[in-house]
Amino acid sequence: MVAMKIILHIWRQDGPETKGAFKTYQLDGVSPHMSFLEMLDVLNEKLISNNEEPVVFEHDCREGICGCCGLMINGQAHGPDHETTACQLHMRKFKEGDHIWIEPWRAGAFPVIRDLMVDRSALDRIMQAGGFVSINTGNAPEANSTIIPKQNADDSFDAATCIGCGACVAACKNASAMLFVSAKVSQFALLPQGQPERSTRVENMINQMDQEGFGGCTNTNECEAACPAGISVENIARLNREFIAATLTSKK
Amino acid sequence: MTVLQSKVPDGPLADKWTQHKNKLKLVAPNNKRKYNVIVVGTGLAGAAAAASLGEMGYNVKAFCYQDSARRAHSIAAQGGINAAKNYPNDGDSVWRLFYDTIKGGDFRSREANVYRLAEVSNNIIDQCVAQGVPFAREYGGLLANRTFGGAQVSRTFYARGQTGQQLLLGAYSALMRQVKKGKVKVFPRRDMLDLVNADGAARGIITRNMVTGELERHAADAVLVCTGGYGNAYYLSTNAMGCNVTAAWRCHKRGAFFANPCFTQIHPTCIPVSGDYQSKLTLMSESLRNDGRVWVPKNKGDKRPPEQIPEEDRDYYLERRYPAFGNMVPRDVASRAAKDRCDAGYGVGETGMAVYLDFKRAIEEQGKEAIEAKYGNLFHMYRKITDEDPYKVPMRIYPAVHYTMGGLWVDYNLESTIPGLFVLGEANFSDHGANRLGASALMQGLADGYFVSPYTVGNHLAQTTPGEIGTDHDAFESVEQEVQGRIDKLLSIKGNRSVDSFHRELGKIMWDKCGMARNAQGLKEAIEEIRSLRWAYWENVNVTGQGNQLNQELEKAGRVADFLEYGELMCRDALAREESCGGHFREEYQTEENEAKRDDEHFCHVAAWEYQGDDKEPIRHQEELKFENVELTTRSYK
Ligand SMILES: Cc1cc2nc3c(=O)[nH]c(=O)nc-3n(C[C@H](O)[C@H](O)[C@H](O)COP(=O)(O)OP(=O)(O)OC[C@H]3O[C@@H](n4cnc5c(N)ncnc54)[C@H](O)[C@@H]3O)c2cc1C
Ligand code: SF4
Ligand code: FES
Repeated sequence: MVAMKIILHIWRQDGPETKGAFKTYQLDGVSPHMSFLEMLDVLNEKLISNNEEPVVFEHDCREGICGCCGLMINGQAHGPDHETTACQLHMRKFKEGDHIWIEPWRAGAFPVIRDLMVDRSALDRIMQAGGFVSINTGNAPEANSTIIPKQNADDSFDAATCIGCGACVAACKNASAMLFVSAKVSQFALLPQGQPERSTRVENMINQMDQEGFGGCTNTNECEAACPAGISVENIARLNREFIAATLTSKK
Repeated sequence: MTVLQSKVPDGPLADKWTQHKNKLKLVAPNNKRKYNVIVVGTGLAGAAAAASLGEMGYNVKAFCYQDSARRAHSIAAQGGINAAKNYPNDGDSVWRLFYDTIKGGDFRSREANVYRLAEVSNNIIDQCVAQGVPFAREYGGLLANRTFGGAQVSRTFYARGQTGQQLLLGAYSALMRQVKKGKVKVFPRRDMLDLVNADGAARGIITRNMVTGELERHAADAVLVCTGGYGNAYYLSTNAMGCNVTAAWRCHKRGAFFANPCFTQIHPTCIPVSGDYQSKLTLMSESLRNDGRVWVPKNKGDKRPPEQIPEEDRDYYLERRYPAFGNMVPRDVASRAAKDRCDAGYGVGETGMAVYLDFKRAIEEQGKEAIEAKYGNLFHMYRKITDEDPYKVPMRIYPAVHYTMGGLWVDYNLESTIPGLFVLGEANFSDHGANRLGASALMQGLADGYFVSPYTVGNHLAQTTPGEIGTDHDAFESVEQEVQGRIDKLLSIKGNRSVDSFHRELGKIMWDKCGMARNAQGLKEAIEEIRSLRWAYWENVNVTGQGNQLNQELEKAGRVADFLEYGELMCRDALAREESCGGHFREEYQTEENEAKRDDEHFCHVAAWEYQGDDKEPIRHQEELKFENVELTTRSYK
């Protein structure tokens, strides 16, 4: 396959308080086998050699699992490829002369730090509110004393594969974090280990989500379409049921 | 007399850990809150340790360079975690897990440490299940197992191809729970740039706030370094982009000995390099070798597409050379065998630097669905990267740098040569000898974090007055100034080569001369080449931007500067070890069948290097390894 020329329009913003704007760059010699982030590496090499500041973007594992990378690419969270993070997106999805618009996640709860990097610490705080089973090290019973039907274990696993990237929030017009929260709530709701704290967990996580300024869910399913881990909106339905059940029985 | 005291307790192997725990000093419950502990790293080792220490009542500060503790590179581990549960009833036991691990490591690890690892392995599975880690299960609802390399029993627990993710999220959730309780404070986006010692013990660290650029001082009564491996010395590896040796290297330069730095693991099944822009390599889990068969064409330069090469023209070279273990030989053996075929001209793909990993038979026998259930996400990932469908055509794979067995030297308590500095997980050297078996790093990280360090760190604290040295101590002042000086220097060079270009060049030297096969001449050349590259770096690197802001080039520049020093030590260590063992293959020392030839008479020891100053030769110390329970045999997987 032959190398391509592409035109990049990249959001540049010095810091949280400064105003940002798109800047246009032309990049030649882009190999279709490159990953999207490798393409940005090549751009950055070019900027550095011109003594310009390279584009800041978040990334680490580059294999779709750490959840660091997150870019709006032509208006789509993580770009055009289904169930694929930006780092796993390859340039073969683009063609000669394409214009590519790259922006950070846009959400009130995710302030921009610099260029394409945002602050997603709100997601950690939601986890702190209830995304765990309260068990101390050393207290665990023999593993096979808990029997879990395979189907429940598999469904729980499917929910547990959320990588915490925040694409669901970025894709949602309300900037809702429901898909993220529902994934964790579902993982535990489907397992016997999650039962003792089942109702406090869902209440606390939802409350924290509201406090962080994420929006409500209006069932547009944009989150599912953007999610690189394939988390299903069925989890949101489960979350709603869990939340209603919890508030009905709430002792508070 | 060696200066290295392993502190391995006396007594029968199986009783050592229990007896040792009985003798360790304890901190009374109401005193625990007076102690501060720093944990650098939130991977399996760090998150497990920080959560456990927080639960016990200590005040913990945990650091990581990512934006969240959940993103440590443990998240990327795919295949599984070992334990000696013997659920499949195939004869497994703590002894067998111990024996396989010590043999897999080619008899270059400590018996007592490895035994303890096997001993606590079962507790790890219990702990993780209780946290809600969704491991794979059988239809009856009990936990499922699979087989990994170097073992003839099925003892690997897994969560599809995302075991590391699930285990890390388990540890991370325990950590988040302690954050909520106020026992742990997490400092994300922090780079540990140095260690602070005073009065003969580790007292804290200097970090850089990666958002504001500020240098920060943190004091504590114990410091736990859990910062992962140094595979990125090779530039291309299966590690994450930010993985570094900086934290460990800075500790080394402050007095911690570095053990067996040349022991690196080259993993046999990774997606091959495709171009110069390549930034990292992606692993295809070893578990795939349970069902995938490795082969190359029998005829040199056979360019037919794989599906057109009939059975009789294929060489399933692992099955041929190692009939007993077949495709499940340990990693070092499988990697060298792949290199051997490619070097001899049988390699496949555009570059000829690849072999096939073929699932055709497994799909025919078990059906596509069964294969998808086991490896779905790996096949998906392969397809994303290569644009080829591994359900239809065999994967092309080649070895890549993956794991580092070497690390900071620690005693049985996981304490380094600096009192109060503990090292956990991949960052230490302790349990894997010269080669790590698959599914044993996750086990070690969690063993160190959940079940070893909580006891041994307590023993140290019980003998320490809390808060003795604060951040206003001179030691903090002077170390912070040194760190600032290094940053200023890097920013002031403004040369005309990017940081990455130096890193790539270092990586090539390391891969060519200190990679899968090494020899004295190449290693000597590498040492010279690294020195001149280092010199060029400090003359000509271009680090853009300022220090007092978010600056990713500066972050990389500091890491590469340390790799440029560390790479030399790796080569020195490889040169000094005049034998082949595990992942360390010296071409001069091989059998007639090209297998590694150990020299137990002269090299049955751990090499631990002591830093002497930038212009001085480091000192190589030896910790002799005593084998009282296993017999040193030639590793054979035939
Ligand atoms: C792709 C891949 C697949 C693997 N698959 C398996 C498997 O199936 N089974 C198995 O047993 N093992 C596997 N391994 C090995 C295993 O995952 C690792 O050895 C293990 O997870 C390391 O854990 P750790 O806690 O020591 O370090 P890591 O998880 O690497 O964590 C390091 C932590 O230190 C922090 N850190 C590093 N440097 C600094 C610094 N300078 N300042 C501040 N913080 C810092 C990081 O932010 C991070 O939090 C795999 C490894 C890879 C790369
Ligand atoms: S639910 Fe999906 S999109 Fe949302 S954070 Fe998790 S992985 Fe990302
Ligand atoms: S960089 Fe880790 S998911 Fe993209």
